[in-house]
Order: sequence, then C-alpha cells, then structure tokens
Amino acid sequence: MSVKPLAMRDAFLERIWLAMAEDSKIFFTCADFGSPVLDKIRADFPDRFVNVGIAEQNLINVSAGLALEGYTVFAYAIAPFITMRCYEQVRVSLALLSEVRPMNVNLIGVGAGYSYVVSGPTHQCYEDITLMRALPNFQVLSPADHVTASAFFDTCVNTSGPKYLRFDAQVLPVVYESAAPDTSKGFHVHKRGETICLVATGYMLHTAIKAAGELASEGLRVGVIDLFDLARFSATEFQDTLKPYVGIVSLEEGFRGRGGLDSMLFEFISRRGLSARMLNIGVEGAYHFELGTRTELHEKVGIGPQAVLNSVRAFAKSLTN
Amino acid sequence: MRNDLIDLRAKAHWVWRETLAVHRRAPETRLASSLSSIEIFVALYYGGVLRFNPSNPRDEERDRCIISKGHGSICMYPILADLGYFPMEELQHVCEAGSFLGGIPDPVIPGYETVNGSLGHGLGVATGMALGLKRKASDRSVFVVAGDGELHEGANWEAIMFASQHKLDNLHLIVDDNRISMLGYTDDIVSHGALTTRLSAFGWDCIEVDGHDVLAVRDALQQQKAIAEGKPKALIARTLKGHGVPGLENAPLSHIINPKPELIDSLLEKTQ
Repeated sequence: MSVKPLAMRDAFLERIWLAMAEDSKIFFTCADFGSPVLDKIRADFPDRFVNVGIAEQNLINVSAGLALEGYTVFAYAIAPFITMRCYEQVRVSLALLSEVRPMNVNLIGVGAGYSYVVSGPTHQCYEDITLMRALPNFQVLSPADHVTASAFFDTCVNTSGPKYLRFDAQVLPVVYESAAPDTSKGFHVHKRGETICLVATGYMLHTAIKAAGELASEGLRVGVIDLFDLARFSATEFQDTLKPYVGIVSLEEGFRGRGGLDSMLFEFISRRGLSARMLNIGVEGAYHFELGTRTELHEKVGIGPQAVLNSVRAFAKSLTN
Repeated sequence: MRNDLIDLRAKAHWVWRETLAVHRRAPETRLASSLSSIEIFVALYYGGVLRFNPSNPRDEERDRCIISKGHGSICMYPILADLGYFPMEELQHVCEAGSFLGGIPDPVIPGYETVNGSLGHGLGVATGMALGLKRKASDRSVFVVAGDGELHEGANWEAIMFASQHKLDNLHLIVDDNRISMLGYTDDIVSHGALTTRLSAFGWDCIEVDGHDVLAVRDALQQQKAIAEGKPKALIARTLKGHGVPGLENAPLSHIINPKPELIDSLLEKTQ
C-alpha cells in the first residue's frame, strides 16, 4: 500500500503532538507561524506552547532559556527567518552556550530552497545549509520526504544539542515507501551506479532520482545518494560508498559555490583522498524575482530536471575524454 | 556570615578595591563599566536577595542571575571568589593562559549562567528561563543585570514585550544606568529618555534608585522580590561609569580609557 504524501511539518508536528501527551518536558515555541497540526498542539498543550510573535531573535533566546530549565524545545518558523534573522542568537545562545551547558533545542525551518514558490527571495532560502553547517556543534537535517522528516523526531528527542531541520513547504512525493531510512547513518543509497554518483539533499533528491531514471534509459547508470544529515553522517561508510565513482555530482537547492553541500563534498573528497572529479549543481549566485512554477524557476537557475540532465550528460562525456 | 550582619558598604568598598587590583594586573579587562555595577552585585549576593549555592552553582533551588553586561562585570570575579565559587588565588591570573577568568566572562566560570560577551542576549534568555520556572511551578526568580547602552539592542525590546505579555513576575531586570556606552553618553547617541517611563509603558513594575547606595539597591530589590502581581520588575540603578576613579568617573570615553597603574596604586593606598 502506498504511503500518502504529507507536508514534512505536519508529519513532524504530529509526532511532537503525540509525544507531548507523554512527555511533560517538551515545549513548543513559534514565531507566529502555523500549520493545521499546530492548532492541536495549541489547543491541547497551552502551557507548553508559546507564540513569541514576529520576533525570531526572541524566539531563539526564549527557547534557549526554556532548554536551560530542562525542556526539550522545538522552535518553529519560516526557514530564512529562523536562521538568518536571528543568526547571532543562534550562535551565542545555542551553538556557543550548548558547549558549556546541556540543552536540547530543535529549530524547525519551513521553506527550504524555492518551496515558497511565489513568495520571492525573502521567503525562499538558499543560504541556510552554508550558515548552519558553519556552527560546529549544530546538527543539520535536510529530509526529502515526510517519512524522513518524521523519523528525525526520534533523533531530536534522543540527541542533546542544537539542531536545524530544513523542511520543504510543499507536499513532496514519498521516497521511502517501505520504511524510513536509517537516520543514524546520515545518508541513504537509493541506487548504485557505475561511473557517476548523484549526491542530493532535500527536494533535489527527487530531481536526482528522475534524472537517474532518464539517464539509465540512455545507458548511463548513475548512483543516487540522499544525504540528509549534513553535519554528522557516518564518514567512513560515506567514503566507502563514494569510493568506486570517478565522478560525483552535488545537487542542492541553494547557492552554488558558497559553502553549501558542494563545499562540504569538496572538503570531504579532498580530506579523504578520493580521486573523483566533481560537478556542482546549485543555484547560480544571484537572487531572482521571476515568477513561475518551481520547475520553471529551477530551470532558469540551472537546477531544473532538464538542466540537470544536460549537465550530467556533459560531465559524463568529459570524464571519458 | 548572616546576610543581615554583613556591612554592605564595607563589602562594596572591598569589591571596588579588588576590582581595581584585578584591572591593575589585567588591563585588558573593562574597568569603568565594572565599577558602575558593584553595588548592584553586592546587594544581590550579600544583601539576602539572591538564593545561590557556591558548592553547586547550577543548584535547581538557586535564583538565576544572568549577567548580561558581560564586559562590565569584572567586579564579579572577587565576589564569586569571596563566596567560594572558586579559590581567591585565581584572581591573580585573570587573562593569563590557563585561567578561566577572561577579559570578558564566559559561562565556563562557576557562577555565570550564560554567554555574556555579545550584548543584548541576557534578557531574552532570562525570559525563557522565567517562563520555564513558572511552568515547572518553581518559586525561584531570574535576575538580569544589563547596561543601559546594551538596551539599544532591539532584541531586548522583544523580550521586554514578551515578559509583560506572559506576566513574568519572577523576572527582575536591573539596569546599570550609567548612561555611557563605548563612544560617549547614550543621551547623545540614542537616548532612552526616562527608562522608568518607557518600561512602565511596556507593562513593567519600575523602581528608580541611586545605584551606588547599596542599602537602597538592596531594599528596592527585596521590595520588588516580595511582590508578585503579574508584572515583570525593573530596577533602574542610576550609576556612574568609572565610579570612584578620578579621570574615569563619568568620562564619555571611560569604556576605553585605562587609568595609569600609578593612579591605581595610589588609589589603593589612599583608600585602605
């Protein structure tokens, strides 16, 4: 039986709502941002829900204070605002302070990449992977479907420290129909290939899977990896997985060449002494104000399905020369 | 010693001398803004206001004291040592390699709760703690010591609105109102006007006091602590930056002026 697709936030917040009934130490904070499931949390647990208003700086500091008092805190807002509006609060009151004092604060950012399609660049988010992975003790979690997002709930309650969850704002197709991926490993191999491996995160996993199918029909068998834990994936297993490939393609819905997934893979390949060449697929470094479907916008900035196919084909050709 | 038997004025004088001595050894520390807050900390820690436990600094039964004006709290070093949070000997090594007592205090120091180097964060974190304590049905309080210059940071005002909205009457903000930030008088930079009026308008219970009258500070804090009527509380302590040091006291650039070692030596000799 197929799994009905859900919004990541609804799947995740459902887990929080269920857990709040059992665990009186869970507290939910938000910066005036809702969801249908959030209405249940507000109604059923008014003492452990607080809306700070449109005030992300205070959202972070209040969440830190609650965590210092022993609460497991889930803080919820739109992705660019919960990361960039309050970056210093995130750095000082979560990243820095959690090195000295135990705290469990989980930032839920909704609106990864272009997922707020018609809202323009203020609400779209292309920089958060770069910024959040710059904080050494932050776990950065980037699911591709609601099944993975839901599984991250266990990671959040069972692991101390600050975490950032990068959720898509749209309902995405289900990738993990039969079972959730093993979140402890940090990545999941969807497909093994021969020469080239596509390493994608978030929404771009869907593009990668489609591209791999199309390329297979052309006789080019590429591997596909979903890298959903951008800070604490199992490095040894990841290295073993990448080792057979001569070409690695990073796919992210974020700026290209500015410290995101592509930089992370470059560093990884270099440090681990892998010899693979890289192709980076990401948003060309500029803000865009055009309207269109998400696919149309993606094509314009070089990360749409057709652009990916063309880039990977050319990359494959270059590897054989 | 019982709190009511401690001579608070003598204690404040001792802290003033020790703070000068620390700065004499470690000129990287910020002296002027530490001298304006001495009586505030002495009233809190020796005046029977705060509940604390030096042998277990994170004791659940403590009142939380957030020292938001990080730079300006070097006077806390002798106080914490005197109270037994760490050996007095440590005061000899401030800013030295291997010491945990830096030019700006960090929460690696026993007795410090939060990160204080970057200004404007203490009050927000404190409101979260105060809300958490309320939800845990704890009767403990949260005290925040902030500078008036620090109140230029907008995040404070998010927290100020939040605290009154949630009736956090277990939250105390003490403003070391020395009216000078790094480059001059705050009234010439961005004036707070009458802080008492502003904070009252935001729904806070406010008292204004001479911040160098340690007994008045203690009485005001005790008075506010005894009341819980659904309002957060602010004590505006009118103080002088560089208090007691000629050339430094109330000088617009006192934050970045280091008095000459000979001046400190002569002050320490004269005021024994």
